Amino acid sequence: MRDFSYLRASSAGEARQAALQAGSTLLAGGTTLLDLAKCGVMEPETVIDITHLSGLGGITLDAGGATIGALAKMGAVADHAGIRAAFPAVSESLSLAASAQLRNMATIGGNLLQRTRCSYFREPDVFPACHKRNPGSGCSALGGVTRNHAVLGTSDACIATYPGDLAVALAAFDAVVDLGGRTVSVDDFFLTPGNTPERETALQRGEMITAITIPASAAAKNSTYLKVRDRQSYEFAAASAAVGLEFEADGKTVRDIRVVLGGVATKPWRARNVEQALVGKVLSAETVEAASRLAMEGAVSHGANHYKIELAPRVVARAILKVGGLV
Amino acid sequence: MTRTIHLSLDINGRRHELDVEPRVTLLDALREHLALTGTKKGCDQGQCGACTCHVDGSRVLSCLTLAAQVEGRQITTIEGIAAENGELHPVQAAFVEHDAFQCGYCTPGQIMSAVACIREGHAGSDDEIREYMSGNLCRCGAYNSIVAAVREAAEMA
Ligand SMILES: Cc1cc2nc3c(=O)[nH]c(=O)nc-3n(C[C@H](O)[C@H](O)[C@H](O)COP(=O)(O)OP(=O)(O)OC[C@H]3O[C@@H](n4cnc5c(N)ncnc54)[C@H](O)[C@@H]3O)c2cc1C
Ligand code: SF4
Ligand code: FES
Ligand code: FES
Repeated sequence: MRDFSYLRASSAGEARQAALQAGSTLLAGGTTLLDLAKCGVMEPETVIDITHLSGLGGITLDAGGATIGALAKMGAVADHAGIRAAFPAVSESLSLAASAQLRNMATIGGNLLQRTRCSYFREPDVFPACHKRNPGSGCSALGGVTRNHAVLGTSDACIATYPGDLAVALAAFDAVVDLGGRTVSVDDFFLTPGNTPERETALQRGEMITAITIPASAAAKNSTYLKVRDRQSYEFAAASAAVGLEFEADGKTVRDIRVVLGGVATKPWRARNVEQALVGKVLSAETVEAASRLAMEGAVSHGANHYKIELAPRVVARAILKVGGLV
Repeated sequence: MTRTIHLSLDINGRRHELDVEPRVTLLDALREHLALTGTKKGCDQGQCGACTCHVDGSRVLSCLTLAAQVEGRQITTIEGIAAENGELHPVQAAFVEHDAFQCGYCTPGQIMSAVACIREGHAGSDDEIREYMSGNLCRCGAYNSIVAAVREAAEMA
């Protein structure tokens, strides 16, 4: 890990000011930053520690929804009774992520900003070609081992998967990222790679996430996060789905449904076509299975990741049937 | 030019002063600068749990924590959990009782993780213990005995 200088920010304003400097990086839980610095992927000149700032770690809830401070720890949000009651999918997405130790360290703001990445990206010495690390250098994954790469939202430049869980649940419930001076919906916050895979989010230099707000809804209250992976715990998703569902008064016709996929796309993947196919329909195993297949519209595989195209719609279907009370 | 910063760390109830480069992790500060080698380095990238310590009572990975970041926090390592008179912590005693190790390399991390896991209330069943201890890998595969030790310590707590 290259050496850097260390600045402990004493106010959010000081942190933002310092972050304007090229080569400066904010440090929250450090679980992405230090990991990637050790791999030689991130080489900050100055690390700005924001963990000693006060007032950015709170979790507040009212009838309108929840506000979660950027420095709230993943574990604290996962275990928060109010979040679990109003947004079960959000709580589950966090308790199924990483490990207990990492969840005690990692923050909500940092979690959103974990890189969209692949194992080639993590090995600059062995695999110099990576458009994301070094635009124009090529992509080592194309033609390589692609089991964990994305099938949705890819481009000729990059096929890396957005690996996070929380953002998948947040995108389902129209959560908003508060950047202090402006707000951006979680859906717009994340970018597909296109020709600029080095840009993953709408965050600009010198900006800091201060909070995430999640509006309350009946669909959010009746929601789940289903994560399927190669081992039972402490592993990223092979495919995941955040689903929320509200029935009409008859208890079987869909009034509102939210479907977002994780582990298969270059950003949290809201499947509005699946949602539209189910609104107004009576929920049944058949309608759900047919609608879930639409989630793979436009999917492209690169060899070993082909299984995701089969797996993801089944994960979506199972999650919908679960919140619909049909399994 | 090597930059160093002066840190004052509160470890196991004692204050330690040290001068280190800003990039030094808590794990390297403990092992290389303070001779507290009970905390182990396995992967050094957040994947194995061997380096687990407590910061303000929560279990964290010292390999992904900067020493500079935890100034002003209370750090507890495996050296700090037995009683003053040398009596083992109940989780340490349960690991011995259940022979919950082979080579012992993962053990300090397992014990620090287990102490926190029980305190968090996440050791209610074998399944819950497996889930909440999943951040601690054991290359010797002593998992069955580890679960038994944690369960017994949790029942006694
Ligand atoms: C072994 C391992 C397993 C993991 N498994 C999972 C998993 O299963 N699911 C999952 O979702 N994640 C997983 N993760 C990723 C983990 O969740 C992220 O590393 C973590 O959430 C990042 O948060 P942090 O606070 O540590 O961020 P940091 O490392 O401190 O920061 C990450 C980035 O965000 C920037 N940043 C941080 N806070 C702010 C802010 N408030 N405003 C602007 N910029 C900011 C930093 O400058 C940095 O670039 C895993 C990580 C590891 C190491
Ligand atoms: S898929 Fe993206 S991150 Fe991975 S090597 Fe190719 S360009 Fe780099
Ligand atoms: S050494 Fe820290 S997790 Fe492996
Ligand atoms: S006892 Fe050897 S690694 Fe766990």
